[in-house]
Amino acid sequence: MTKLTPVLSAHWDEKDSFTIEGYKRHGGYTASAKALAMDPDAIIQLVKDSGLRGRGGAGFPTGMKWGFIPQGDNREHYLVVNADESEPGTCKDTPLLMANPHVLIEGCIIACHAIRAKHAFIYIRGEVTHVVRRLNQAIEDAYKAGLLGNGIDVVLHIGAGAYICGEETALLDSLEGFRGQPRLRPPFPAIAGLYARPTVVNNVESIASVPAIIANGAEWYQSMGTEKSKGATLYSLSGHVNNPGQFEAPLGITLREILELSGGVRTGHTLKFWTPGGSSTPLFTAEHLDVPLDYEGVSAAGSMLGTKALQIFDETTCVVRAVLRWTEFYKHESCGKCTPCREGTWWLVQLLRDLEDGKGTEADLAKLLDLCDNIMGRSFCALGDGATSPITSSIKYFRDEYIAHITHGGCPFDPVASTLFVKAGA
Amino acid sequence: MAFSNEDLAIMETIIKRYPRPRSAIMPLLHFVQSRAGYVTNEGIEIIAQQLELAAAEVTAVSTFYTQYKPTPVGEYHVGVCTNTLCAIMGGDEIMDALKDHLGIENDGVTSDGKVSLEHIECNAACDYAPVVMANWEFYDNQTVQSAKDLVDSMRAGNPKPPTRGPNTLVTWKQASEVLAGLNDGRANEGVQAGGPTLLGLKIAKGETK
Repeated sequence: MTKLTPVLSAHWDEKDSFTIEGYKRHGGYTASAKALAMDPDAIIQLVKDSGLRGRGGAGFPTGMKWGFIPQGDNREHYLVVNADESEPGTCKDTPLLMANPHVLIEGCIIACHAIRAKHAFIYIRGEVTHVVRRLNQAIEDAYKAGLLGNGIDVVLHIGAGAYICGEETALLDSLEGFRGQPRLRPPFPAIAGLYARPTVVNNVESIASVPAIIANGAEWYQSMGTEKSKGATLYSLSGHVNNPGQFEAPLGITLREILELSGGVRTGHTLKFWTPGGSSTPLFTAEHLDVPLDYEGVSAAGSMLGTKALQIFDETTCVVRAVLRWTEFYKHESCGKCTPCREGTWWLVQLLRDLEDGKGTEADLAKLLDLCDNIMGRSFCALGDGATSPITSSIKYFRDEYIAHITHGGCPFDPVASTLFVKAGA
Repeated sequence: MAFSNEDLAIMETIIKRYPRPRSAIMPLLHFVQSRAGYVTNEGIEIIAQQLELAAAEVTAVSTFYTQYKPTPVGEYHVGVCTNTLCAIMGGDEIMDALKDHLGIENDGVTSDGKVSLEHIECNAACDYAPVVMANWEFYDNQTVQSAKDLVDSMRAGNPKPPTRGPNTLVTWKQASEVLAGLNDGRANEGVQAGGPTLLGLKIAKGETK
């Protein structure tokens, strides 16, 4: 049985965990002091050696990303932290920042020193007022303590409700003061990012993982996880379970283990489908309970680790309704830049609505898959690709349920049965 | 409304946060909402002047982001998450009940100007589903009844406090000021984490049954 390994979450149960005093009580800001005395290249090497990979979804090795920043180019470099957590199901960075904003600031100091940047920007989504307060106060307190302002500045940038800004190049356009629309790559941000300067864009959890790696060393970090997926990470369990929440565990833990630790699927019900890493990652079913939740394991089973957002749905849930709602989300959030995504998501919604209402035909299923085929891989960013994931995977595993909507002339499920208001066993 | 000299001075400080002025558009739009309640034409003009842009360029940015409102919202803007997970766990029922209870549709405002209602997308609190937001503060684990009680408390002028947030719910304008990056001194209020956030830690420490 894999054991939980609280590192980021180790002191979240202390009432003042978000204050600078609470953070310093457990060695906060000693890692940045140590790092500032190190050669920047040695830090990059240490992070490479640790095996840390991006926790925002793509899993790109963090140290390697830092190493792409050209050195000695006499231009400004920037660190941009992606705190625009908006992928449906994803809820790890928000509680992290509410409970401990200072670990991100300390990570920013270390990363800035490593990539020779004087400026870090934290781009946080705008729909979390209290998290904005906590982060803003933490930045202010770090300045007062002299931890910031001596060659490294951190600016908090607050978004305004656009999922697409979680895509790194759209985020950069938004941060520059434009509509948040993805850019064509190359050039990649490491060469021409914010203000066309070399820029590292990292997820909150990735940067927040760095202080512990500096403090405890690459070997310590490597001792957790699997062969190619090192370290511990936050798994967010939600949906039809008895006890939802955050679980920090070594990469490679399985959903079965997390369910056993936490108290399982809601009593009296059975697991029907789940997402391993948010709505953009293809659905899994009960047959995937033992898939190791690391980058390779999930990928080999046909999905993606993504943000480790484990959304659990039991047998009361209509998969067509679930997929329709996600698809409406992608349609709404498509920025409109690329035709396949802008028009394609619109048509996906039309077809899925008809199917859910019992007005679809079997030919519509083929048309859905054809549309997905024409969206996948044909736009600047991955939003459109993500929109196809729940559709293609649900048709793969639950084709009969789509057909049942057609033969039944509508949705055969009672939506009330899947709410939390219904008592167990009812 | 007119923006005071003090307001204009605050806008100058917001612009100075950034290496390039244009980056300040988004916090300035939040700031305009903190004063006017929504993105007014006057607010657009002032931002355009301060950043030396055409008003159309500012409008283009404002209309891209759903948090910038082209018309007034309520003193308390309520968002019900109806993305898949919350919807299935009760968000759809909550949204329907609030529409009925308040007598308004999605994006509507009550006639007393107290409460507006919007269906929102995933707000990064799925382990607290179903989730309701008010002025972008968390109201976790809602039911139809608790959501009705919440909006009733708003209309009575004594809104219930957020689950994970400050001790009292601030108004839409006050929240917009926070989103413009201004510190209202309330960061230390409220819990550091809710139960689900701490569940894994408690299990690891053997503090659960």
